Amino acid sequence: MIKKDTNPFFENRLNVNRRYFLGKLGVGLGGLALGSLLMKDLFTGSPEDIASKIQVGLPHFAPKAKRVIYLFQNGAPSQLETFDYKPLLNKMFGQEMPESLRGGQRLTGMTANQTSFPLVGSYFKFNQHGSSGAWISELFPNIAKIADDICIVKSMHTEAINHDPALTFMQTGAQQGNRPSMGAWLSYGLGSENDNLPAYCVLLSKGRGNGQGVYSKLWTNGFLDSKHQGVQFSNSEERVLYLENQDGLSKEDRRKMLDHLNEINNMQFEDVGDPDIKTKIEQYELAYRMQTAVPEITDISKEPDSVIKMYGPDCLIPGTYASNCLLARKLSESGVRFVQIYHQGWDQHGNLVNEMSGQAKDVDQASAALVQDLKQRGLLDETLVIWGGEFGRTNYGQGSLTAELYGRDHHPRAYSIWMAGGGVKPGLVYGETDEFGYNIIQNPVHINDFHATMLNLLGLDHEQLIYKHLGRRYRLTDVAGHVIKDLIA
Amino acid sequence: MKFNLSMLQNKTRVLFLLCILMFAYFGCSNINNSDGTISYNKHIRPILSDKCFVCHGPDQSQRISGYRLDLEEFAFAKLKQSPNEFGLVVGNPSKSEVYQRIISHEHDYMMPPPDSKLALSEDEKNIIKKWIEQGAKYEPHWAFTPVKKPSVPKAMKKNWTFSEIDQFALAKMEENNLKPSEIDHDLPLLKRMMHDLKGLPPSLKEMEEYTKNQNLANYEKMVDKALASPQYGEKMAIFWMDIARYADSHGYQDDGLRTMWPWRDWVIHAFNQNYPYKKFLSWQIAGDLLPDANKETILATGFNRNHKITQEGGVIDEEYRIEYVTDRTNTFGKGILAMTFECAKCHDHKYDPISQKDYYSTFAFFNQIDEKGLVGDISLASLADPPYMTITKEDRQGILNFISKLDTGDVRVMVMKDSTSIRNTHILNRGAYDQPTEVVRFNTPKAIFPFDSLKYEKNRLGLSKWLFDKNNPLTSRVFVNNIWQEFFGNGIVKTNGDFGLQGDLPSHPELLDWLAADFIEHGWDIKRLVKQIVMSATYRQSNTFANGSIAVDPENTFLSRGPRLKLSAELLKDHIMATSELLNPVIGGPSVKPYQPKGLWENATSGRGQLATYEQDTGDKLYRRGLYHFIKRTVPPPSMLIFDGANRDQCEVKRSKTNTPLQALVLMNDPQVLEATAVLSNTLSKKHKNQQEAIFEEAFLRIVCRKPLAKEKDILNKYFASVQKSMTKEKAQKLIKVGEKMQNEKIENPIEVAGVMQTIQLIYNLEEASVR
Repeated sequence: MIKKDTNPFFENRLNVNRRYFLGKLGVGLGGLALGSLLMKDLFTGSPEDIASKIQVGLPHFAPKAKRVIYLFQNGAPSQLETFDYKPLLNKMFGQEMPESLRGGQRLTGMTANQTSFPLVGSYFKFNQHGSSGAWISELFPNIAKIADDICIVKSMHTEAINHDPALTFMQTGAQQGNRPSMGAWLSYGLGSENDNLPAYCVLLSKGRGNGQGVYSKLWTNGFLDSKHQGVQFSNSEERVLYLENQDGLSKEDRRKMLDHLNEINNMQFEDVGDPDIKTKIEQYELAYRMQTAVPEITDISKEPDSVIKMYGPDCLIPGTYASNCLLARKLSESGVRFVQIYHQGWDQHGNLVNEMSGQAKDVDQASAALVQDLKQRGLLDETLVIWGGEFGRTNYGQGSLTAELYGRDHHPRAYSIWMAGGGVKPGLVYGETDEFGYNIIQNPVHINDFHATMLNLLGLDHEQLIYKHLGRRYRLTDVAGHVIKDLIA
Repeated sequence: MKFNLSMLQNKTRVLFLLCILMFAYFGCSNINNSDGTISYNKHIRPILSDKCFVCHGPDQSQRISGYRLDLEEFAFAKLKQSPNEFGLVVGNPSKSEVYQRIISHEHDYMMPPPDSKLALSEDEKNIIKKWIEQGAKYEPHWAFTPVKKPSVPKAMKKNWTFSEIDQFALAKMEENNLKPSEIDHDLPLLKRMMHDLKGLPPSLKEMEEYTKNQNLANYEKMVDKALASPQYGEKMAIFWMDIARYADSHGYQDDGLRTMWPWRDWVIHAFNQNYPYKKFLSWQIAGDLLPDANKETILATGFNRNHKITQEGGVIDEEYRIEYVTDRTNTFGKGILAMTFECAKCHDHKYDPISQKDYYSTFAFFNQIDEKGLVGDISLASLADPPYMTITKEDRQGILNFISKLDTGDVRVMVMKDSTSIRNTHILNRGAYDQPTEVVRFNTPKAIFPFDSLKYEKNRLGLSKWLFDKNNPLTSRVFVNNIWQEFFGNGIVKTNGDFGLQGDLPSHPELLDWLAADFIEHGWDIKRLVKQIVMSATYRQSNTFANGSIAVDPENTFLSRGPRLKLSAELLKDHIMATSELLNPVIGGPSVKPYQPKGLWENATSGRGQLATYEQDTGDKLYRRGLYHFIKRTVPPPSMLIFDGANRDQCEVKRSKTNTPLQALVLMNDPQVLEATAVLSNTLSKKHKNQQEAIFEEAFLRIVCRKPLAKEKDILNKYFASVQKSMTKEKAQKLIKVGEKMQNEKIENPIEVAGVMQTIQLIYNLEEASVR
């Protein structure tokens, strides 16, 4: 194990250093929560750690949710085939969209040259479910069963109309990139609940529908310290990059190496006195602990049959959405603050019926299973689950048009997501669009509002979760955003 | 929050902490000058800028009350809302509305208003009071005043200072009651200098050569040799590639391949040829517009085409074209002028004198090329969108003979080329491409330095002349500061991307100005500047914390220690390649794809384009220097990112410096590192047959660049012995057969090599091994 340094001289040097970093906080002192002063890291973490945590003094108030699992449906699933039921579009099939609806809405380059904007209704049938009577399409039989556990928001809207800026907006609160993503903000604000795991994990999967790539900037730390960056789990057996020791090298061998390594590093610390050396020793120890913890947590072979059955047989195949949902539950249960899943393939410009059927099949069972699984473990109350994409899709068709064969272009003005657990009102359907499903007519929720609400559930005031960078105070919600109190239980 | 019993048991710690907090609080109250005078730049402006200028500063739209506090000419005027009151009255805080409001607790009267969530501390209020009492004198912002060469202070300590840099540094140490550290003459100094100049550790031969005569003359000889080596250009190119956001892919969702590497070859060449900064930068800004423009000067303009380009079908062309011009303007602001231009894209800058009109007036210079937002989607696989230049075989034998010959075909590189007619530039309302308003002319923010349109051409050529006008206050300061950061970890101005009102003040303002003026006087000679720095006693100080300065100066702001910095991501790879003798020293050419964990590109791709799958290189390409690693913007190489490498999404002037468990995992398990370790182990086992002590001594010397202490040797030998206890032939085979090189290598004694490999791996993982 690490040799505890008891030399009072060195102890003093470290403390002096902490004092310095505390001194740097200046403005933060008044608002410092006693809780954060008492955190254990204060005496074991690096000075930067301490500074970064105390700076925020968090949470701002009692949180409802402790963790987030974000089931991101990458490519933007159509709201009109999922949660926003618009029978008028079926009745008016093939008729021109009334020009009055558009009101200056810009179009993507894909349909800008279309001379006609024929309305098209959902191929899929809708039914009402749960005590709230929420309309859910037949694509999601399993999600329909948990209608009373989820809160559907039909009035999300954004400003971007292309995937890259829209995804970036959704993840970071700004379209231009290089700002910290939600998970990084939470890692910065709330830290990790588990010393052996990263606070922010990213899991990727892909359906067979038209795909749009994902990019590491979506889980970037931006200007925050890079330890807040999302750690992308791989779909191979080695879940965290470089985690596994070389074939032939045992855990005992590694321990032996670290013991001798620490000895020389400690000598170096005593000679040089640079606190970074101590931090480095601690980071090797954490790496060593991760080598044990991560494989244990990511091992789904020991899950009981009932769980496997709930998520479906795909959950045994690494890299599938189902397997990532199960992994997300395990990570979250172990204290990972933010688990981000991306499932690609939701960009249905054409062949929508066929592609959406496949995509829905990938995600329906496992998404619902995740909510149920958390619920039966008593974790749903403290875990916020979010399901949704980056924008909506147009109510008019793109390309060839029959009742079975059609596509939809990007639509920023209205789209649907759902949330569950974590202090969100269950069984609620929030927001309304007009009968054409084009404009929001009631209770709009902008991305900034969504972020403000999510932070609120986690006990954070979006106007106070601030990081000063190059002279400017940055927030996840930039300069806007209102907490939507109606969504909170 | 949950109450935790263990907190109570930590009572003593809490008490201790509270003491610390009180110290921190009272410790910072004593901040006025030693003679008690308050300086506007040093003490007042940071407070006003941070807490007041948002509503009482440059941004017109935010000045609800109409009162402006950032400029002297308005600050003393009668208040519009109450004509009998004044914001500031010289010498009289009780008549100064500014002071009355900041000390008030009345909800509707106090400043800053409660809902702004900003507040002034008691200290800050007192300082403002004192300042008003002393006459409320304003000073111009330091960074916008012309550079004048200050006189060199006479520092007290004799026999220490060697150069002007040292005189300034020592004077500042004395001001802060600090003593300099001993001058280091040992190998660690050689290591530091070689990493800083060449990005490579000294070879055994160089260390031997140096240890024969560890004196200043010999050190200087080694410096000159390093500066003359072609590796100097490679090392210097790295920071410039960050500023220029160089990458090998277009970015955005489909992220196809691009061929900008010849521009990188030019950067390396330009540093090696020691092009003066004036030529180096002018060519990059306006090489196409020079009267004697040629293919080399045009290639340099690739600088402004390194931004991301979309290939997403369906985007709105103009939206993205504007995006590219924005990126150029922001890069110009941050990388060249250290001004946060981007803040003025949607509204007037809230702190700095850059109006939205100024922003678009500068934007106009970069808005003149015939380019499209979307040339064609990824299926076209455009490696270089127009305008581009084709580099032929003849070029490579002639004017562009510095370009790597590795690739024999013609290569297209994106460059700048203005349209024949002038495109009108509009102010864009809220920065939106589809909301153009007023047309603006070519101009720059006049509060920084006016653009004289009679003197300069109204295009990028004129802009480059404006940059190098002898009165431009920023160009030299910013570059000198960025170079300083390369050697000391921090710039003299720590916020090296922000010289504006919210940025840090220079820790050594006179030194910064002296260096900037001296740099101009000597023809913007970069190698000379670099040599000045590495020859200074300040740089050559021992970098241990032995002088006790950590307590008062943990960040080494006052330079009383030599810089102790971690190797950057690229240099860490170089270090491992060089010390194991795997390094492939070829300079320039297309980027390479070394070992990388499987599936990273494949999992994140849209499936379109040439970069959907990662096709790892083989052979010598695996052992190229880190700066040649292929950067795919949406999935940058993980071993680089983990060590804080830039993602090249936008212009970056400073990398974060982290210490994470993932870094430990890379050094322990990355095949690139393991292979190098195995190769070196095999080499040394052959060289020093069965003499482990000699093996470890040499390995340690190569990797740590000093001889191991007796105790360190003991630990290594002890470790080796314990490793060998459980080593079997089978295990040894598994351990040493790592990476391409070792597959066909004939190993005489695998058990020994495997044991040596474990021990050398320990050496590679030492903290000191990745620090210079």
